[in-house]
Amino acid sequence: MIADLLIVAAIVALALPVVLARSAFTAVALFVAYGLLLAFAWVRLDAVDVALTEAAIGAGLSGVLLLGAARRLAGGPPVEDAPPGKAQVALIGVGCAGLAVALGAVILALPDPAPSLAEPVMANIAAIEVGNPVTAVLMGFRGLDTLLEAAVLVLAVVALWALAPDAAWGAAPGWRQPPATDGPLALLARVLPPIGVVVAVHILWVGADAPGGKFQAAAILAAMWLLPWMAGIAAPPPISRAWLRIVIAAGPVAFILAGFAGSVLQGAFLAYPPGYAKAVIIAVEVVLTASIAVALALLVLGPPAEDRGA
Amino acid sequence: MSAGMLPVLAVMLPVLGMVLALPLGARGAERLTLALAPLGLAVAVAIAVVVYGGSAPIRHELGHWAPPLGLAFRVDGLSAAMMVTAAVVIGATALFARGQFGTAAGEAETRRAFAFWPLLLAIWGATNLALAANDLFTFYVALELLTFAAMPMVALDGKRETLEAALRYLMFALLGSVLYLLGVALMYGAAGTLDVVVLASRAGGTYPVLLAAALMTAGLLAKTALLPLHLWLPPAHAGAPAAASAVLSALVVKGSFVILLRLWFGVLPGIPGPMAAQILAGLGAAAILLGSVAALAQERLKLLVAYSTVAQIGYLFLMFPLIASMPGTETAAKAWTGGVVQAVAHAFAKAAMFLTVGLMAARLGHDRIRDIAGAGRALPVPMITFGLAGLTLMGVPPSGGFAAKWLLLAAAIEAGQWWWALVILCGGLLTGGYVYRVLSVGLRAGEATAPTRSADGQGIALVLAIVSVLLGFLPLGAFGLVQIGRLDLGP
Amino acid sequence: MSATIFGLLGAALVGIGLFGLLVRRDALLRILAFNLLGGGVFLVFGAVARRGAGAGLPADPVPQAIILTGIVVAFAATTLAVALVLRLAAAKDRG
Repeated sequence: MIADLLIVAAIVALALPVVLARSAFTAVALFVAYGLLLAFAWVRLDAVDVALTEAAIGAGLSGVLLLGAARRLAGGPPVEDAPPGKAQVALIGVGCAGLAVALGAVILALPDPAPSLAEPVMANIAAIEVGNPVTAVLMGFRGLDTLLEAAVLVLAVVALWALAPDAAWGAAPGWRQPPATDGPLALLARVLPPIGVVVAVHILWVGADAPGGKFQAAAILAAMWLLPWMAGIAAPPPISRAWLRIVIAAGPVAFILAGFAGSVLQGAFLAYPPGYAKAVIIAVEVVLTASIAVALALLVLGPPAEDRGA
Repeated sequence: MSAGMLPVLAVMLPVLGMVLALPLGARGAERLTLALAPLGLAVAVAIAVVVYGGSAPIRHELGHWAPPLGLAFRVDGLSAAMMVTAAVVIGATALFARGQFGTAAGEAETRRAFAFWPLLLAIWGATNLALAANDLFTFYVALELLTFAAMPMVALDGKRETLEAALRYLMFALLGSVLYLLGVALMYGAAGTLDVVVLASRAGGTYPVLLAAALMTAGLLAKTALLPLHLWLPPAHAGAPAAASAVLSALVVKGSFVILLRLWFGVLPGIPGPMAAQILAGLGAAAILLGSVAALAQERLKLLVAYSTVAQIGYLFLMFPLIASMPGTETAAKAWTGGVVQAVAHAFAKAAMFLTVGLMAARLGHDRIRDIAGAGRALPVPMITFGLAGLTLMGVPPSGGFAAKWLLLAAAIEAGQWWWALVILCGGLLTGGYVYRVLSVGLRAGEATAPTRSADGQGIALVLAIVSVLLGFLPLGAFGLVQIGRLDLGP
Repeated sequence: MSATIFGLLGAALVGIGLFGLLVRRDALLRILAFNLLGGGVFLVFGAVARRGAGAGLPADPVPQAIILTGIVVAFAATTLAVALVLRLAAAKDRG
C-alpha cells in the first residue's frame, strides 16, 4: 500500500515535468526514468509479463530511440507554430483535468465483483497445452490478434522505410555512427550481446509456462543486435538485403500458414491439432521472435538517412 | 470448404500479400497485388452471394473458440457490400497505379514502388478486417493497420508539404487510436468481454459504459474526419499521389465509420440516446454545408475534391438520429440502407474523381481550376468521368448517390426531422455548384493542351464513375443485402 | 487495493498526456505526451486485469495479453512519428 503510493507519487512527479519541460532532451531523460518506474507498477499489478515488456520496450528501446532523436533535433530550427494563449491553455487544462477526474470516478464505479475471463481461460488452457495463461491467450484464444499485430510490425517497417529520402534508398538504415573502438560503449557492445542472447533465449523458452515470451525475448535480442551498431563497431545490413527482408516476413508468414493448416485439418483458422498445440505454438513463436527482434531493431534505427546517400 | 473460410480468406489474402511484398521487392509485390485483386474480388462476391442467398450473416469462430473467450468473424450484409466495394476499388487502383508505381523487368527498385504495393494491400486487409471482425480490440488492430498504411501513402512523394500533412494526420490518428483503446479498457472492465454480439446483451447504460462509448466515439470521429476533426484531411488527401488519394478517401475513412456503426447500433443499441445522435448528425450537417462551401472556394482541383470528401462524410452521420429515434421501424431500415449506400456510392465516385483529377494534373502539368479551360477538348474522357462522379456526389437521379440521398431524405421526413431533409437538399445544390464550376471552366474553349498518352488509366477511372452511377439502377430488392444481420435488430 | 491506486494513476496520466499533446507545439514533446497518454491507458487496462483476478490467477490474463501487444504497437507508432519528425527537420534544414 505505502509502496504503491510511493511509486504513484514518483511516476506523477516524473510525468508532469515531461510535458512541462523546456528542452526535449530533459523531457526524454525524465521519460526514460518514468518508463522504468512504470515497470515497477506492473510488478505491483501482478503483471510480470507486462513489466518485462515495459522495461525492455517502454524504457529501453524507446529510450534509445528518443534520446537519439533529441540529439538530432537539438539546435535545429525553432518551432514555427505559435504556442496557444494563456486562456486556451487554462481551458485545455481544465478539460484534461475533468477527463482525468471522470475517468477516476468511473474506475471507482466499475462493477464488483469484476467480470473476468480468468475462469474460462483456466478451464480451457489444457487444450492450448501451455502453462502461462497470457501465452495461452496470445497464441490460442486470441491468436488472431497476435498474428495481426505481428503483421502490423512488418507494415511498420515498410512504412518507416517509405519515409527514407530517395537518395538513400537501399542503403543501411539509420545514421552513420562515429566508431567508438575503446569507449565504455564499445566494451559493452562486445561483452553484453552474448549474455543478452542467452537471457533472451531463456525468456522465450520459459515463456510457454512462466512469465516471459516472444515479445520480451525479441526486445532484448533487438537491443543486443543494436549495441554494436550504436557503438560504431559494426554496420547494420542495407535494407535491400534479401535475407533481412525474409527474416522480417518469416514470422507472420509462419503464423498465417499455421492458421490455414488449422482451417484444412481442424476446420477453423488457427485451430491447433490436439496433442500438437504446444509444438506448433513453440515453432511459430521461435520464428516470430526472430522476426519481431529484427523488426524492432530496424524500427529503432529508422530509415536510411541522408548521410547514407551515395 | 465451409462458408466460414470466406471471411478468413478476405482478410488473410491481402495481409499475407502485404507481408510477402517485403521479401518479393517492388516488382514482385506489384505482380502479386495484381494477381490477388481478382482473387479477392471473387472471395468478396462469393461472400455477398452466400449472405444474400442465406439471408444470414456468415460466422466463423477462430480456432473453434467461441466468444467471449475467443474471437469470431461475423460478416453481415453491410460487410459483404463494403467488401465487394473495397475489392473493386483496390483492383481498379492497382491497375491504375501500374503507370506511376510499376517496375519494369530488370529495373532497380525505387522507394515509391517498394512502399506503394504493400501499403495498398495493407489498406485492403485492414478494411476487410474492420468489416469481418466482431471484437472491439480486433477493431483496434484494424485501425492501427489503416493508420500505419495510410500515413506513408500521404507522404509518398517525399515533399516537405506532404511530410507535414502526414505528421498532422499521424497525430490525429494516434490520438484517435489511444482514446478508442481507453474506451475498450473501460468496456472490458464493465462487461468482461469485447465481443460485439455478447456486449449487446451485457453492456447496460452504466457510467463506465457511457464514458467508454464517448471516448471510442471521439476517437473514431477523429479518424473518420467528421467536422470539426477534419483539419488533417484536405492537405493529406490532396497531397498524396492520385492512386493513394483514391483509396484514402474511398476506403480508409470508411473503416473507422463502420466500427462506429458497430459500436452505436451493435454494442449499444438505444443507449447513447436520441440527443447524442442529434449531435452527431448536427456535426454531419455542418460538414456537408461547410465542406461544400470550402470546396466551392478552392483554387486547386485536388483540394476541391478533398473538401468534397469532408462534405460527403457528413451525409454518413444523418442516419444516426433517424435510426435512434425510430428503432426497429421501416424508417430506421431506410435510413440504414441510405447511409450504407452513401458509403458505397461515395467510395466509387470519389475513387474515380481522385484518379481522374490526378490524371488531369499529370497531363496538364497543373491543377489550377481557372486554367483548365480547353480541357474538355484535350481531355474528354477525364472530364466525362468527373461529371459522372459529380452526379453521384450531388445525388442526381439516376445514380447511386441519388438512391442514398433519397432514402435518407424519405427517412428524415417520415421521422418528422425535416431539418435533415433541408440539409440534404442544400448539400446537393452546393455540390452541384462545385462540380459545375469545374465543368464550366473545363468545357470553355481555351488554351489547355495535353500530350496524348496511351494507357494512363483514364478508362479505369471512367469505369469506377460509371459503377457509381449504375448503383442507382439496381432494383430496390438488391439493397436488401445491407439489411441482413443488422445488429440493432438483435443477433 | 493496488488495482484502484494504479487505475487512478492511469487516469491521471491520461489527463497529463492529453494536456501535453494538446498544448505543446514541439513535435518530440508531443510524441512523449502521446506515450504518457498511452501508458495511462495501459495502466487503466492493467487495473481492470487486476480486478479480474480469479481461478487461482492474480489477474485476468486476457487484458494482460492485450496490453502486451498494445505496448509493442504503440512503440511502433512512436518510431514512425519520430522518423517523420526527423525527416521533416532534415527537409527544413535544406530549406
